[in-house]
Amino acid sequence: MVQKLDRLKESPSQTAGPYVHIGTNPNWVEITGVWDKDLGLVLVDPKTLGERIVLKGRVIDGSGTPLKDALVEIWQADAQGLYNSPQEKRGSADPHFAGWGRQPVDSVTGEYRFETIKPGRVPYRDGRVMAPHVTVWIVSRGINIGLHTRLYFGDEEAANAECPVLARVEHKVRVPTLIAPRSDENGIATYTFDIRLQGENETIFFDI
Amino acid sequence: MSDQGSYYQRDRGWHPPAYTPDYKTSVLRAPRYPLLSLDNTISETTGPVFGHSMLGPLDNDLIRNYAKDGDAIGQRIVVYGRVLDENARPVPGALLEVWQANAGGRYRHKKETYLAAIDPNFGGCGRAITDSEGRYSFRTIKPGAYPWPNGVNDWRPAHIHFSVFGHAFAQRLITQMYFEGDPMIWQCPIVRTIPDKAAIEQLVAALDREAALPMDALAYKFDIVLRGRRSTLFENRPEGN
Repeated sequence: MVQKLDRLKESPSQTAGPYVHIGTNPNWVEITGVWDKDLGLVLVDPKTLGERIVLKGRVIDGSGTPLKDALVEIWQADAQGLYNSPQEKRGSADPHFAGWGRQPVDSVTGEYRFETIKPGRVPYRDGRVMAPHVTVWIVSRGINIGLHTRLYFGDEEAANAECPVLARVEHKVRVPTLIAPRSDENGIATYTFDIRLQGENETIFFDI
Repeated sequence: MSDQGSYYQRDRGWHPPAYTPDYKTSVLRAPRYPLLSLDNTISETTGPVFGHSMLGPLDNDLIRNYAKDGDAIGQRIVVYGRVLDENARPVPGALLEVWQANAGGRYRHKKETYLAAIDPNFGGCGRAITDSEGRYSFRTIKPGAYPWPNGVNDWRPAHIHFSVFGHAFAQRLITQMYFEGDPMIWQCPIVRTIPDKAAIEQLVAALDREAALPMDALAYKFDIVLRGRRSTLFENRPEGN
Protein backbone atom coordinates (compact mmCIF):
# COMPACT_ATOMS: atom_id res chain seq x y z
CA MET A 1 0.00 0.00 0.00
CA VAL A 2 1.11 3.53 -0.67
CA GLN A 3 -0.39 6.82 0.36
CA LYS A 4 -2.96 8.28 -1.99
CA LEU A 5 -2.32 11.37 -4.07
CA ASP A 6 -5.46 13.05 -2.88
CA ARG A 7 -6.11 15.46 -5.72
CA LEU A 8 -9.57 16.15 -7.01
CA LYS A 9 -10.47 15.41 -10.62
CA GLU A 10 -11.38 18.28 -12.92
CA SER A 11 -15.09 18.48 -13.70
CA PRO A 12 -15.49 16.81 -17.09
CA SER A 13 -16.45 18.98 -20.03
CA GLN A 14 -19.72 18.69 -21.92
CA THR A 15 -20.79 20.29 -25.17
CA ALA A 16 -22.06 23.88 -25.02
CA GLY A 17 -25.01 22.72 -27.14
CA PRO A 18 -26.98 24.68 -29.75
CA TYR A 19 -28.45 27.17 -27.28
CA VAL A 20 -25.21 28.35 -25.65
CA HIS A 21 -26.16 31.92 -26.53
CA ILE A 22 -28.96 31.94 -23.97
CA GLY A 23 -26.28 31.97 -21.30
CA THR A 24 -23.53 33.88 -23.07
CA ASN A 25 -25.33 36.26 -25.44
CA PRO A 26 -28.92 36.53 -24.21
CA ASN A 27 -29.55 39.89 -25.86
CA TRP A 28 -28.39 38.46 -29.17
CA VAL A 29 -31.13 35.81 -28.94
CA GLU A 30 -33.70 38.40 -27.89
CA ILE A 31 -33.71 37.62 -24.20
CA THR A 32 -33.61 41.28 -23.29
CA GLY A 33 -33.79 43.06 -19.99
CA VAL A 34 -31.90 40.47 -17.95
CA TRP A 35 -28.59 42.26 -18.35
CA ASP A 36 -27.76 45.42 -20.23
CA LYS A 37 -25.34 44.03 -22.76
CA ASP A 38 -23.72 40.76 -23.66
CA LEU A 39 -20.21 40.28 -22.27
CA GLY A 40 -17.13 40.37 -24.46
CA LEU A 41 -18.49 42.13 -27.54
CA VAL A 42 -16.17 45.14 -27.21
CA LEU A 43 -12.43 44.94 -26.55
CA VAL A 44 -11.30 48.48 -27.27
CA ASP A 45 -12.30 52.04 -26.46
CA PRO A 46 -11.08 55.29 -28.04
CA LYS A 47 -8.08 55.44 -25.67
CA THR A 48 -6.81 51.92 -26.30
CA LEU A 49 -3.18 51.89 -27.41
CA GLY A 50 -2.12 50.01 -30.50
CA GLU A 51 -2.99 49.36 -34.11
CA ARG A 52 -6.71 48.78 -34.68
CA ILE A 53 -7.36 45.54 -36.52
CA VAL A 54 -10.24 43.24 -37.40
CA LEU A 55 -10.11 39.47 -36.95
CA LYS A 56 -12.70 37.50 -38.85
CA GLY A 57 -13.34 34.04 -40.21
CA ARG A 58 -15.53 31.00 -40.11
CA VAL A 59 -15.54 27.69 -38.25
CA ILE A 60 -15.87 24.90 -40.83
CA ASP A 61 -16.84 21.26 -40.25
CA GLY A 62 -15.53 18.10 -41.92
CA SER A 63 -17.96 18.44 -44.83
CA GLY A 64 -16.80 21.99 -45.61
CA THR A 65 -19.92 23.56 -44.11
CA PRO A 66 -19.52 26.63 -41.87
CA LEU A 67 -20.95 26.21 -38.37
CA LYS A 68 -23.89 28.53 -37.72
CA ASP A 69 -24.05 27.92 -33.98
CA ALA A 70 -20.45 28.25 -32.79
CA LEU A 71 -19.19 30.61 -30.12
CA VAL A 72 -15.67 32.01 -30.40
CA GLU A 73 -13.63 33.55 -27.58
CA ILE A 74 -10.28 35.28 -27.91
CA TRP A 75 -7.63 36.15 -25.30
CA GLN A 76 -4.64 38.30 -26.16
CA ALA A 77 -1.98 40.66 -24.83
CA ASP A 78 -2.14 44.43 -25.22
CA ALA A 79 0.03 46.38 -27.65
CA GLN A 80 2.97 46.19 -25.19
CA GLY A 81 2.67 42.42 -24.79
CA LEU A 82 1.03 42.52 -21.33
CA TYR A 83 -2.07 40.58 -20.32
CA ASN A 84 -4.95 42.27 -18.51
CA SER A 85 -5.02 39.60 -15.79
CA PRO A 86 -4.19 39.40 -12.07
CA GLN A 87 -1.84 36.58 -13.05
CA GLU A 88 0.24 39.01 -15.12
CA LYS A 89 3.31 39.78 -12.95
CA ARG A 90 5.48 41.65 -15.44
CA GLY A 91 3.67 44.98 -15.30
CA SER A 92 0.28 46.64 -15.72
CA ALA A 93 -1.61 46.11 -18.93
CA ASP A 94 -3.35 48.93 -20.81
CA PRO A 95 -6.45 49.69 -18.67
CA HIS A 96 -8.31 50.54 -21.87
CA PHE A 97 -7.91 47.08 -23.31
CA ALA A 98 -9.94 44.12 -22.06
CA GLY A 99 -7.84 41.45 -23.78
CA TRP A 100 -10.82 39.08 -23.83
CA GLY A 101 -13.60 38.96 -26.40
CA ARG A 102 -16.50 36.70 -27.25
CA GLN A 103 -18.66 36.58 -30.37
CA PRO A 104 -21.28 34.20 -31.72
CA VAL A 105 -20.81 33.37 -35.37
CA ASP A 106 -23.38 34.93 -37.69
CA SER A 107 -26.42 32.67 -37.87
CA VAL A 108 -26.61 33.03 -41.68
CA THR A 109 -23.02 33.36 -42.93
CA GLY A 110 -21.23 31.63 -40.05
CA GLU A 111 -18.70 34.47 -39.81
CA TYR A 112 -17.24 35.75 -36.54
CA ARG A 113 -15.69 39.20 -36.27
CA PHE A 114 -13.63 40.94 -33.57
CA GLU A 115 -12.52 44.56 -33.55
CA THR A 116 -9.33 44.59 -31.51
CA ILE A 117 -5.68 45.69 -31.59
CA LYS A 118 -2.60 43.87 -32.73
CA PRO A 119 -0.94 42.30 -29.68
CA GLY A 120 2.68 42.82 -28.69
CA ARG A 121 5.06 39.91 -28.26
CA VAL A 122 5.15 37.91 -25.03
CA PRO A 123 7.83 35.56 -23.68
CA TYR A 124 7.87 31.80 -23.96
CA ARG A 125 8.74 29.73 -20.90
CA ASP A 126 12.48 30.02 -21.45
CA GLY A 127 12.47 33.76 -22.08
CA ARG A 128 12.58 33.65 -25.89
CA VAL A 129 9.79 35.75 -27.36
CA MET A 130 6.82 34.23 -29.11
CA ALA A 131 5.44 35.79 -32.27
CA PRO A 132 2.38 38.02 -31.79
CA HIS A 133 -0.64 35.76 -31.39
CA VAL A 134 -4.21 35.60 -30.20
CA THR A 135 -5.49 32.59 -28.27
CA VAL A 136 -8.77 31.33 -29.74
CA TRP A 137 -11.26 29.03 -28.03
CA ILE A 138 -14.19 27.47 -29.87
CA VAL A 139 -17.26 25.77 -28.45
CA SER A 140 -20.47 24.61 -30.12
CA ARG A 141 -22.95 21.82 -30.50
CA GLY A 142 -21.00 18.68 -31.40
CA ILE A 143 -17.77 19.87 -29.74
CA ASN A 144 -17.43 17.93 -26.49
CA ILE A 145 -14.56 19.96 -25.06
CA GLY A 146 -13.59 23.48 -26.12
CA LEU A 147 -10.91 23.65 -28.81
CA HIS A 148 -7.87 25.86 -28.22
CA THR A 149 -5.89 27.26 -31.10
CA ARG A 150 -3.76 30.32 -31.86
CA LEU A 151 -4.07 32.98 -34.52
CA TYR A 152 -0.74 34.28 -35.83
CA PHE A 153 -0.37 37.21 -38.22
CA GLY A 154 0.50 36.82 -41.90
CA ASP A 155 2.57 40.01 -41.95
CA GLU A 156 4.87 38.87 -39.11
CA GLU A 157 6.96 36.47 -41.14
CA ALA A 158 10.22 37.07 -39.27
CA ALA A 159 8.63 36.73 -35.82
CA ASN A 160 6.64 33.67 -36.90
CA ALA A 161 9.81 32.04 -38.20
CA GLU A 162 11.44 32.26 -34.76
CA CYS A 163 8.37 31.55 -32.60
CA PRO A 164 9.20 28.68 -30.21
CA VAL A 165 5.61 27.43 -30.28
CA LEU A 166 5.35 27.30 -34.07
CA ALA A 167 8.78 25.61 -34.05
CA ARG A 168 7.22 22.71 -32.14
CA VAL A 169 4.97 21.79 -35.05
CA GLU A 170 6.50 18.66 -36.54
CA HIS A 171 4.57 18.75 -39.80
CA LYS A 172 5.55 22.15 -41.16
CA VAL A 173 2.91 21.88 -43.86
CA ARG A 174 0.36 22.47 -41.07
CA VAL A 175 1.86 25.73 -39.76
CA PRO A 176 -0.06 27.89 -42.27
CA THR A 177 -3.33 26.74 -40.67
CA LEU A 178 -2.41 29.02 -37.73
CA ILE A 179 -1.49 32.06 -39.81
CA ALA A 180 -4.11 34.61 -40.79
CA PRO A 181 -3.36 36.53 -44.01
CA ARG A 182 -3.67 40.30 -43.87
CA SER A 183 -5.90 42.31 -46.16
CA ASP A 184 -7.08 45.88 -46.15
CA GLU A 185 -10.80 46.56 -45.72
CA ASN A 186 -11.85 50.21 -45.72
CA GLY A 187 -8.43 51.22 -44.45
CA ILE A 188 -8.41 48.78 -41.53
CA ALA A 189 -6.00 45.86 -41.37
CA THR A 190 -8.16 42.74 -41.48
CA TYR A 191 -6.92 39.25 -40.75
CA THR A 192 -8.98 36.30 -41.97
CA PHE A 193 -8.69 33.15 -39.88
CA ASP A 194 -10.86 30.24 -40.96
CA ILE A 195 -10.86 27.39 -38.47
CA ARG A 196 -11.17 23.95 -40.08
CA LEU A 197 -12.26 21.43 -37.50
CA GLN A 198 -11.60 18.32 -39.57
CA GLY A 199 -10.13 17.09 -42.81
CA GLU A 200 -8.10 18.91 -45.43
CA ASN A 201 -6.06 21.79 -43.98
CA GLU A 202 -7.33 20.92 -40.50
CA THR A 203 -6.39 23.66 -38.04
CA ILE A 204 -3.84 22.80 -35.37
CA PHE A 205 -5.50 22.54 -31.96
CA PHE A 206 -3.52 22.58 -28.74
CA ASP A 207 -3.60 20.60 -25.51
CA ILE A 208 -2.50 23.43 -23.25
CA MET B 1 1.72 33.87 -7.11
CA SER B 2 5.34 33.56 -8.04
CA ASP B 3 5.76 30.05 -6.60
CA GLN B 4 3.27 28.54 -9.03
CA GLY B 5 3.85 26.88 -12.35
CA SER B 6 1.77 25.35 -15.07
CA TYR B 7 -1.72 24.01 -14.62
CA TYR B 8 -1.94 20.25 -14.27
CA GLN B 9 -2.30 18.61 -17.62
CA ARG B 10 -5.88 17.82 -18.53
CA ASP B 11 -6.77 14.14 -18.15
CA ARG B 12 -8.30 13.67 -21.56
CA GLY B 13 -9.34 10.14 -20.67
CA TRP B 14 -11.58 11.66 -18.00
CA HIS B 15 -13.05 14.32 -20.28
CA PRO B 16 -15.06 13.21 -23.31
CA PRO B 17 -13.01 12.63 -26.46
CA ALA B 18 -13.84 14.74 -29.52
CA TYR B 19 -15.15 11.88 -31.65
CA THR B 20 -18.19 10.22 -30.05
CA PRO B 21 -20.35 8.89 -32.90
CA ASP B 22 -23.43 8.12 -30.79
CA TYR B 23 -23.61 11.90 -30.40
CA LYS B 24 -23.98 12.41 -34.13
CA THR B 25 -23.01 16.07 -34.46
CA SER B 26 -19.57 15.26 -33.07
CA VAL B 27 -18.72 13.15 -36.13
CA LEU B 28 -18.02 16.08 -38.47
CA ARG B 29 -16.86 18.45 -35.72
CA ALA B 30 -14.07 16.31 -34.24
CA PRO B 31 -10.47 17.00 -35.30
CA ARG B 32 -8.73 13.96 -36.83
CA TYR B 33 -5.20 15.04 -36.02
CA PRO B 34 -3.96 14.69 -32.45
CA LEU B 35 -3.79 17.82 -30.33
CA LEU B 36 -0.40 19.55 -30.17
CA SER B 37 0.79 19.50 -26.55
CA LEU B 38 1.96 22.84 -25.24
CA ASP B 39 3.17 23.33 -21.70
CA ASN B 40 1.54 26.51 -20.42
CA THR B 41 2.99 29.85 -21.41
CA ILE B 42 1.81 33.14 -19.98
CA SER B 43 -0.82 33.17 -22.74
CA GLU B 44 -2.48 30.23 -20.98
CA THR B 45 -1.78 31.00 -17.30
CA THR B 46 -3.47 34.40 -17.56
CA GLY B 47 -7.14 35.00 -18.18
CA PRO B 48 -9.91 37.57 -17.81
CA VAL B 49 -11.32 38.20 -14.34
CA PHE B 50 -14.72 39.73 -13.74
CA GLY B 51 -15.68 41.95 -10.81
CA HIS B 52 -18.68 41.52 -8.55
CA SER B 53 -19.64 45.09 -9.47
CA MET B 54 -20.90 43.93 -12.87
CA LEU B 55 -23.66 41.85 -11.29
CA GLY B 56 -27.22 43.06 -10.82
CA PRO B 57 -29.26 41.92 -7.83
CA LEU B 58 -31.30 39.39 -9.85
CA ASP B 59 -28.50 37.99 -12.00
CA ASN B 60 -28.49 34.70 -10.06
CA ASP B 61 -32.28 34.54 -9.67
CA LEU B 62 -33.82 32.87 -12.73
CA ILE B 63 -37.24 32.78 -11.08
CA ARG B 64 -37.36 36.59 -11.14
CA ASN B 65 -34.80 37.98 -13.59
CA TYR B 66 -37.11 37.71 -16.61
CA ALA B 67 -40.39 38.04 -14.72
CA LYS B 68 -43.08 40.00 -16.57
CA ASP B 69 -46.15 39.49 -14.42
CA GLY B 70 -45.20 36.82 -11.91
CA ASP B 71 -42.70 34.11 -11.02
CA ALA B 72 -41.55 31.43 -13.46
CA ILE B 73 -43.64 28.24 -13.36
CA GLY B 74 -42.03 25.04 -12.16
CA GLN B 75 -40.37 23.30 -9.26
CA ARG B 76 -38.55 25.97 -7.30
CA ILE B 77 -34.95 25.02 -6.49
CA VAL B 78 -31.73 26.50 -5.19
CA VAL B 79 -28.53 25.32 -6.88
CA TYR B 80 -25.44 26.03 -4.84
CA GLY B 81 -21.90 24.82 -4.43
CA ARG B 82 -18.26 25.74 -4.54
CA VAL B 83 -15.70 26.13 -7.27
CA LEU B 84 -12.48 24.38 -6.25
CA ASP B 85 -9.25 23.53 -7.99
CA GLU B 86 -7.70 20.07 -8.17
CA ASN B 87 -5.69 20.90 -5.04
CA ALA B 88 -9.07 21.36 -3.26
CA ARG B 89 -8.44 25.08 -2.86
CA PRO B 90 -11.40 27.41 -3.38
CA VAL B 91 -11.44 29.50 -6.55
CA PRO B 92 -12.73 32.96 -5.57
CA GLY B 93 -13.87 35.42 -8.21
CA ALA B 94 -14.85 32.72 -10.72
CA LEU B 95 -17.58 33.84 -13.14
CA LEU B 96 -20.30 31.23 -13.66
CA GLU B 97 -22.83 31.64 -16.45
CA VAL B 98 -25.78 29.24 -16.55
CA TRP B 99 -28.53 28.55 -19.07
CA GLN B 100 -31.37 26.08 -19.16
CA ALA B 101 -34.79 25.14 -20.54
CA ASN B 102 -37.98 25.94 -18.66
CA ALA B 103 -40.01 23.45 -16.61
CA GLY B 104 -41.47 21.95 -19.79
CA GLY B 105 -38.12 21.48 -21.50
CA ARG B 106 -38.51 24.49 -23.82
CA TYR B 107 -35.59 26.85 -24.43
CA ARG B 108 -36.15 30.52 -25.18
CA HIS B 109 -34.07 30.58 -28.37
CA LYS B 110 -34.97 31.59 -31.91
CA LYS B 111 -33.82 28.24 -33.32
CA GLU B 112 -35.83 26.14 -30.84
CA THR B 113 -39.05 24.65 -32.23
CA TYR B 114 -40.14 22.15 -29.56
CA LEU B 115 -43.91 22.27 -29.08
CA ALA B 116 -43.79 22.63 -25.28
CA ALA B 117 -44.88 26.14 -24.32
CA ILE B 118 -42.66 29.11 -23.57
CA ASP B 119 -43.04 30.45 -20.04
CA PRO B 120 -43.59 34.21 -20.36
CA ASN B 121 -41.84 34.75 -17.03
CA PHE B 122 -38.76 32.63 -17.66
CA GLY B 123 -35.70 33.66 -19.69
CA GLY B 124 -33.34 30.87 -18.71
CA CYS B 125 -30.04 32.67 -18.10
CA GLY B 126 -28.19 33.56 -14.94
CA ARG B 127 -24.73 34.37 -13.68
CA ALA B 128 -22.80 34.59 -10.43
CA ILE B 129 -19.26 35.21 -9.23
CA THR B 130 -17.84 33.04 -6.44
CA ASP B 131 -17.08 34.63 -3.08
CA SER B 132 -13.78 34.52 -1.18
CA GLU B 133 -14.39 30.85 -0.30
CA GLY B 134 -15.39 29.85 -3.82
CA ARG B 135 -19.12 29.68 -3.05
CA TYR B 136 -21.98 30.49 -5.42
CA SER B 137 -25.73 30.02 -5.55
CA PHE B 138 -28.59 30.34 -8.01
CA ARG B 139 -32.33 30.26 -7.60
CA THR B 140 -34.25 28.75 -10.51
CA ILE B 141 -36.91 26.24 -11.53
CA LYS B 142 -35.97 22.65 -12.29
CA PRO B 143 -35.70 22.29 -16.08
CA GLY B 144 -37.70 19.64 -17.90
CA ALA B 145 -36.33 16.90 -20.15
CA TYR B 146 -36.54 17.61 -23.86
CA PRO B 147 -36.37 15.65 -27.10
CA TRP B 148 -33.63 16.26 -29.67
CA PRO B 149 -32.99 15.07 -33.20
CA ASN B 150 -30.15 12.61 -32.65
CA GLY B 151 -31.57 9.12 -32.44
CA VAL B 152 -35.22 8.74 -33.43
CA ASN B 153 -36.37 9.00 -29.81
CA ASP B 154 -33.57 10.65 -27.86
CA TRP B 155 -34.29 12.86 -24.87
CA ARG B 156 -31.91 14.93 -22.82
CA PRO B 157 -32.09 14.47 -19.05
CA ALA B 158 -32.96 17.56 -17.05
CA HIS B 159 -29.81 19.66 -17.03
CA ILE B 160 -28.35 23.12 -16.47
CA HIS B 161 -25.44 24.30 -18.61
CA PHE B 162 -22.51 25.91 -16.78
CA SER B 163 -19.77 28.07 -18.30
CA VAL B 164 -16.88 28.77 -15.91
CA PHE B 165 -14.02 31.27 -15.96
CA GLY B 166 -11.34 30.58 -13.36
CA HIS B 167 -8.17 32.65 -13.13
CA ALA B 168 -6.51 31.44 -16.34
CA PHE B 169 -7.63 30.78 -19.88
CA ALA B 170 -6.23 27.26 -19.37
CA GLN B 171 -9.06 26.66 -16.87
CA ARG B 172 -11.88 27.69 -19.21
CA LEU B 173 -14.64 25.11 -18.99
CA ILE B 174 -18.18 24.50 -20.18
CA THR B 175 -20.10 21.58 -18.72
CA GLN B 176 -23.60 20.44 -17.74
CA MET B 177 -25.17 19.70 -14.38
CA TYR B 178 -27.59 16.80 -13.99
CA PHE B 179 -30.00 15.94 -11.16
CA GLU B 180 -29.64 13.06 -8.71
CA GLY B 181 -31.88 10.10 -9.46
CA ASP B 182 -32.77 10.99 -13.05
CA PRO B 183 -32.89 7.66 -14.94
CA MET B 184 -32.35 9.42 -18.27
CA ILE B 185 -28.80 10.42 -17.35
CA TRP B 186 -27.61 6.93 -18.16
CA GLN B 187 -29.42 6.79 -21.52
CA CYS B 188 -28.14 10.07 -22.94
CA PRO B 189 -25.57 10.01 -25.78
CA ILE B 190 -24.18 13.38 -24.67
CA VAL B 191 -23.67 12.21 -21.09
CA ARG B 192 -22.16 9.01 -22.46
CA THR B 193 -19.53 10.92 -24.41
CA ILE B 194 -17.79 10.78 -21.00
CA PRO B 195 -16.12 7.37 -20.79
CA ASP B 196 -15.84 6.96 -17.01
CA LYS B 197 -18.90 6.45 -14.78
CA ALA B 198 -17.19 8.24 -11.90
CA ALA B 199 -16.62 11.26 -14.14
CA ILE B 200 -20.31 11.31 -15.06
CA GLU B 201 -21.23 11.13 -11.37
CA GLN B 202 -19.13 14.26 -10.84
CA LEU B 203 -21.74 16.12 -12.92
CA VAL B 204 -24.75 14.85 -10.95
CA ALA B 205 -25.91 17.35 -8.33
CA ALA B 206 -27.04 15.89 -5.02
CA LEU B 207 -30.44 16.68 -3.54
CA ASP B 208 -29.71 18.54 -0.30
CA ARG B 209 -32.69 18.55 2.02
CA GLU B 210 -30.75 20.43 4.71
CA ALA B 211 -30.32 23.37 2.37
CA ALA B 212 -33.94 23.34 1.18
CA LEU B 213 -36.09 26.33 2.12
CA PRO B 214 -39.16 24.89 3.89
CA MET B 215 -42.43 25.58 2.06
CA ASP B 216 -40.45 27.35 -0.68
CA ALA B 217 -37.65 25.60 -2.62
CA LEU B 218 -35.67 22.36 -2.71
CA ALA B 219 -31.89 22.54 -3.01
CA TYR B 220 -29.23 20.78 -5.08
CA LYS B 221 -25.51 20.96 -4.35
CA PHE B 222 -23.14 21.11 -7.32
CA ASP B 223 -19.40 21.58 -6.80
CA ILE B 224 -17.19 22.33 -9.78
CA VAL B 225 -13.49 21.47 -9.99
CA LEU B 226 -11.15 23.46 -12.23
CA ARG B 227 -7.58 22.60 -13.10
CA GLY B 228 -5.07 22.99 -10.28
CA ARG B 229 -1.66 24.56 -10.57
CA ARG B 230 1.63 22.98 -9.66
CA SER B 231 4.16 24.78 -7.56
CA THR B 232 7.45 25.21 -9.31
CA LEU B 233 9.35 23.34 -6.53
CA PHE B 234 12.98 23.42 -7.59
CA GLU B 235 12.42 24.98 -10.96
CA ASN B 236 13.42 28.59 -11.35
CA ARG B 237 11.85 30.03 -14.40
CA PRO B 238 12.94 33.37 -15.80
CA GLU B 239 9.39 34.69 -15.77
CA GLY B 240 9.00 33.54 -12.16
CA ASN B 241 5.83 31.73 -13.03
